[in-house]
Amino acid sequence: MKALKITRSNTKFAVARLVSPISALGAAKFGPLSLVNESAPELPNAEGWHRITPRLTGICGSDLSLVEGHASTYFDDWVSFPFVPGHEVVADCDDGRRVVLEPVLGHACRGLPLPFEGAAPGDGDDYAHLVGGHLEPGIQTGFCHSTGGGWASELIAHESQLHSIPDAMSDEQAVLVEPAAGGIHAALATWPAVHIALQRGETPIVAVLGAGTMGLCAIAGLRRYVPGVRIVVGARYPHQQALARSLGADVVVPSAELARAVRRESGCHVVGDYLSGGCHATIDAVGSADSIMDCLKFTRPRGRVVLLGMPAIVSLDLTGLWHRETALVGAYTYGTESMPDGTRKHTFDLAIETAAECQLERLVSASYRLDDYKDAIAHAAASGRRGAVKIVFDLRSTPERKKKETN
Amino acid sequence: MPRPGFVLEVDKSTPPILFWRGENFSLEKLPAGRSRVIYAPEPLPAIEDVDGAIRHALLNPIEQDPLPEQLFPGMKLTIAFDDVSLPLPKMERPDIRQRVIEAVLDMAAEAGVDDVHIISALALHRRMTEEELRHCLGDRIYDAFAPRGTLYQHDAEDPDNLTYLGQTPHGEDVEINKRAAESDLLVYVNINLVAMDGGWKSTATGLSSYKSLRHHHNPETMIHSRSFMDQHRSELHKSNWRMGKVLIDSGVKVFQIETTLNTDTFPSPFGFLAKREWEWSPSDRMTYLASTKALKRTPTRLARKIFHSIEAPHQMTSVQAGDVEAVHRITTEHVYKQQLVEVKGQTDILTMGIPYISPYNVNSILNPILVMCMGLGYYFNMYKGMPLVREGGVIIMTHPTQPDFHPVHHPSYIDFFEQVLADTTDPHVMSQKWEKQYAEDEWYKHLYRTTYAYHGVHPFYMWYWGSHALQHCSRIIIVGGDPKTVRRLGFVPASTMDDALEIASDVVGRAPTITHLHSPPLMVADVS
Repeated sequence: MKALKITRSNTKFAVARLVSPISALGAAKFGPLSLVNESAPELPNAEGWHRITPRLTGICGSDLSLVEGHASTYFDDWVSFPFVPGHEVVADCDDGRRVVLEPVLGHACRGLPLPFEGAAPGDGDDYAHLVGGHLEPGIQTGFCHSTGGGWASELIAHESQLHSIPDAMSDEQAVLVEPAAGGIHAALATWPAVHIALQRGETPIVAVLGAGTMGLCAIAGLRRYVPGVRIVVGARYPHQQALARSLGADVVVPSAELARAVRRESGCHVVGDYLSGGCHATIDAVGSADSIMDCLKFTRPRGRVVLLGMPAIVSLDLTGLWHRETALVGAYTYGTESMPDGTRKHTFDLAIETAAECQLERLVSASYRLDDYKDAIAHAAASGRRGAVKIVFDLRSTPERKKKETN
Repeated sequence: MPRPGFVLEVDKSTPPILFWRGENFSLEKLPAGRSRVIYAPEPLPAIEDVDGAIRHALLNPIEQDPLPEQLFPGMKLTIAFDDVSLPLPKMERPDIRQRVIEAVLDMAAEAGVDDVHIISALALHRRMTEEELRHCLGDRIYDAFAPRGTLYQHDAEDPDNLTYLGQTPHGEDVEINKRAAESDLLVYVNINLVAMDGGWKSTATGLSSYKSLRHHHNPETMIHSRSFMDQHRSELHKSNWRMGKVLIDSGVKVFQIETTLNTDTFPSPFGFLAKREWEWSPSDRMTYLASTKALKRTPTRLARKIFHSIEAPHQMTSVQAGDVEAVHRITTEHVYKQQLVEVKGQTDILTMGIPYISPYNVNSILNPILVMCMGLGYYFNMYKGMPLVREGGVIIMTHPTQPDFHPVHHPSYIDFFEQVLADTTDPHVMSQKWEKQYAEDEWYKHLYRTTYAYHGVHPFYMWYWGSHALQHCSRIIIVGGDPKTVRRLGFVPASTMDDALEIASDVVGRAPTITHLHSPPLMVADVS
């Protein structure tokens, strides 16, 4: 099978880190990623495992961090090298179903007891299972040596990870289900702050900083599942601004103008670099030191900042967070959600609905063959600037798939 | 004898014409045979004995008793004066307001008046700094009154210090400064730089609140003021005069002192600016070349600092005091005598160089909204009779139009640019949709009251100022402006004057007639 593989090489990571600010293409060429031909991963000797053959696989921001050598060393103990990246996957399952992958390698696929009945792969308050059971360590498919990943013509997945998708759903829509789930999870993470505002009779203001794939999915999630919110978005590029509006944002401004837009919406004062009040909650879909700092500045005291973009190592002055008693929470994946109406739902079920209702296939801007991965990486790294949102690998016409289809 | 204004028909021998470009200038060749340049009258001679003339005006007022006869011990006397927005550039010390107010204070002291307040009539403008107040009033007045709290600035957002006087027959609310309204005598000290200044506008606008101002600072009034410089055809003027009637009926007694200045606007190093180009001496040409080249290399911040430090040599040409309306009639005659130029007919295009300064950015930045206001609000309206450009014609301005804003002086302008102009450039739409939010924003109110910020609603007023021009012209082009910023204003960017004429040709054809309003100095075209 043909696969893009990341190997543990400090030198290659260092080269990628050095080269990526100048050229993402350079990072793809000289970094830890390489195109290989190798055997497909072995199925574990356990129930419920399938071979799946990707149709489309997305390139995510966390994938780019790895390729460009910026990922935190935090993950060193939570992943297993070498691995095949790719966790935004729509695929054909060996039992004939067309499926999307819920990539978290949870308790079920590792042969461990669920933390509660009906738990989704992402649930649980103890992450020991991520490095245990009958798989090598890995937070998700795409970061685990045992399973392979979506940037290959084949991988393995556990039944607990697979969601059948309706025939009416296109591959392009389906490949957005995973990021949609991430965005919805972040949107629902604002609920504690939104709920308080609603109880006080205020209009809850939620700001979203960044309108790449994740930011846009968070906007869709806010509009669909968090009632009564006024959504204010800072988006850098015109096409992102247009998409943000069409997904339900009330106010969309260039990113640099977001603080002033939040001030106008909340009618508060400005004290130094901070707003005296601000929005009730903020979703940071960028994940840089500057973006986190900005969010802390325009989120009101006792408000909530949801960190959706993966930050790595950042340097922050947290005096404001301390003084304003701001809650800074991460939003990594998805699982079982407590909905504003008190019900419980799986994020992926919501995401499948959202991908269809919001026609998220329009976020897919370009597709590449696996062989053209360097161009794909370069395009994804510059997606905003190049008027794109989501770049995917198209594996629907790989020689392996054709061979299988002929047989 | 100073020469009157003059309309030059451009021919092949006409040299390139001077255009302001913010903190720089350029020379532009206008097409021969179909262009004309309007030059202002030369500066009128100044009154030699300024203090004598002031004293004479106070002792021989028009349709009122002499000032000393209106002063008595135990009375409440309030002196209000025009703020930092006038004159432009600031005048060399001593400022004329200082000389007038010192004369009034001398008479008040002789009459035993000791309850005197001096108020800067700034309406919704920014507060003046100590340095600006000292420049305007002199150190003696500042040191005597400011520390005691009797020299201060009108606060249009202080409900405890505003008095509601009633409505005009048109339903316009009249609310002015409480101290001014309750004084036994309100002395208003004005500098009448253009014909729309002064009269009842001094008190009914300068000492009023948003509640009053909104009745005449709105798109309808501005569109129907044709122009602001022609009192008989200005709705702005009429509204202020109606409000003045309410002041009189409410018992507010005003002693109006108005002054006019000549148009000696720039000191000698910049003397070439006001000259007619074919009369430039070799030294003028050298100065032009040296200054434009130097300014090109000078960082904008520094260039602004240099220009705003200029003190104008303009001198007083008249002073009259007494009844507001009677005084203002004479003042207007003096303004026209200095500024009026007879012009025959309209043209397809009106060109104008926008300078670094306007009434609203003294010691500050001429941001994009103020560029619009200067071009479409002020220069376009510098006419009596009819506009210099025909209906459906084109205005071409020259200015860098960068998205630069003074964060202290113009905070709501930044939001206006980002939020309102991103939504609409239609004055009517923005007044309905956005004005209230900006007028009532607590943060803008706080900044207006406690720092040096223009009121939150002020950018709307600046935009409304250009309402008539927006309606009258079919295209506005800015030469040399930042394209993105110019487009945000709803205008068309052009890189050169030739480009601008090419762009304009879509609307006015390939051989349009052109008028250039040569500035400085200020003038009013009497178009017949």
